[in-house]
Amino acid sequence: MSKVPDELKYSKDHEWVRDNGDGTVTIGISDHAQEALGDLVFVEVPEPGRQIAAGEACGVVESVKAASDVYSPLAGEVTAINEALGDAPESINDDPYGEGWIYQMRPSDPAAVAALMDAAAYRALIENE
Amino acid sequence: MGRQTPLFAEHQALGARMVPFGGWDMPLHYGSQLAEHLAVRASAGMFDVSHMQTVDLDGPGALPFLRRLLANDAARLKAPGKALYTCLLNPQGGVIDDLILYHLGPGRYRTVVNAATAEKDLAWMREQAVGAEVEIKPRRDLAMIAVQGPQAREKTAPLLPEPLRERALALAPFSAAEHGDWLVARTGYTGEDGFEVLCPAGEAPGLWRGLLAAGVRPCGLGARDTLRLEAGMNLYGQDMDETTSPLAAGLGWTIAWEPAERDFIGRAALEAQREAGDLPDFVGLLLLGPGVLRAHQRVLADGRGVGEVTSGGFAPSLGRSIALARVAPGTGPECAVEIRGRPVPARVVKPPFVRKGAALIPLD
Repeated sequence: MSKVPDELKYSKDHEWVRDNGDGTVTIGISDHAQEALGDLVFVEVPEPGRQIAAGEACGVVESVKAASDVYSPLAGEVTAINEALGDAPESINDDPYGEGWIYQMRPSDPAAVAALMDAAAYRALIENE
Repeated sequence: MGRQTPLFAEHQALGARMVPFGGWDMPLHYGSQLAEHLAVRASAGMFDVSHMQTVDLDGPGALPFLRRLLANDAARLKAPGKALYTCLLNPQGGVIDDLILYHLGPGRYRTVVNAATAEKDLAWMREQAVGAEVEIKPRRDLAMIAVQGPQAREKTAPLLPEPLRERALALAPFSAAEHGDWLVARTGYTGEDGFEVLCPAGEAPGLWRGLLAAGVRPCGLGARDTLRLEAGMNLYGQDMDETTSPLAAGLGWTIAWEPAERDFIGRAALEAQREAGDLPDFVGLLLLGPGVLRAHQRVLADGRGVGEVTSGGFAPSLGRSIALARVAPGTGPECAVEIRGRPVPARVVKPPFVRKGAALIPLD
């Protein structure tokens, strides 16, 4: 069974969102998503400063099997990216909620974070897949 | 739910991720496709390939039948124990399947064909065999395990039936030794040394567990695909199919043009193609920019489309992305591949990319 940490929020596209408490959030893909993709070999992250819409494809994760878009769960401005993924895309497999984070952003609507799925809802989603 | 090989329970016990493939439920990987790939290059890995169809072709008419059926010449297998790789062509010169043919004894041949095409191949063979003195027998009672890697042969030999052990280790590449319903061949689909072992289905789990105990790593279809891509070996249905000539798929070397009077199916079509010339090149690509090459991406030269990637992926042994591609004649060495709408620089190279653990193409 894949890990779904209680303190995070989730999207239906299998991204997770951590509220950093300073007006920014950190975003990555869930343990369930990395398991389904298999070994990751290439990650493309959005440029810092880019404004992205909710649901917009803003990055790509490619595994040995397939390429998959990363859809931003929230609208806002990209504030930081995980540059280490360029050399170590496998961090997403090894530690999807830690070293495998993909980007940080400042959501244009801070209240939108709370409206995302909680861990219980996300667990239900992946169990029904 | 697909068909299950005699090793299905072994895959489940090892926690394999199972996927549908050619009508069968097969292991994609057992945890990490990358680690499986690298184990084959460094030591030894094993693949359940029991989904592939073994077909025996026996009788006094077997050789003349095979010389008409196949683009390579079965008469080249002068001694029993020899094997060759060949295409099965339609009259238009398109590839119905690719296969390995083994010569087992006088009037006794065996072929192993792809799982997804097995029924089609059998129907075609039977249709062509009408009136010939040959019996076509699918061997659904056999399982097949490929053991590949620099340590594969030494780890496999002690697990074979006693009369086969020494003979197996003495085999030259592309030869086989038979004992009852066991057949061990020094062949494979990875670019490494190794064996492909056919055995009675009931004996396969014991062999599998013995190999596991000897430290041979179970590998899934995922690693099989990246290994064969690095080795520059074609995959049926992806690099060629019934609409593709072997001459446009890098398989010209498998066609036996001599003797000129051997009238194999598809010969006239291939001769006309060769005469007309202007066939596409079938090449290797090394991606120079970021991303991963995938089947069906467009190959560009001077901004214009000149062909298509037929197989692509990440090459774990190289840490780079590579592909096989069909392109306009003379393309390269510099070109680009369109990845998500953007041209990414690539270079035309000559496959194989990797053989026996070593890179064969320059990476800088």
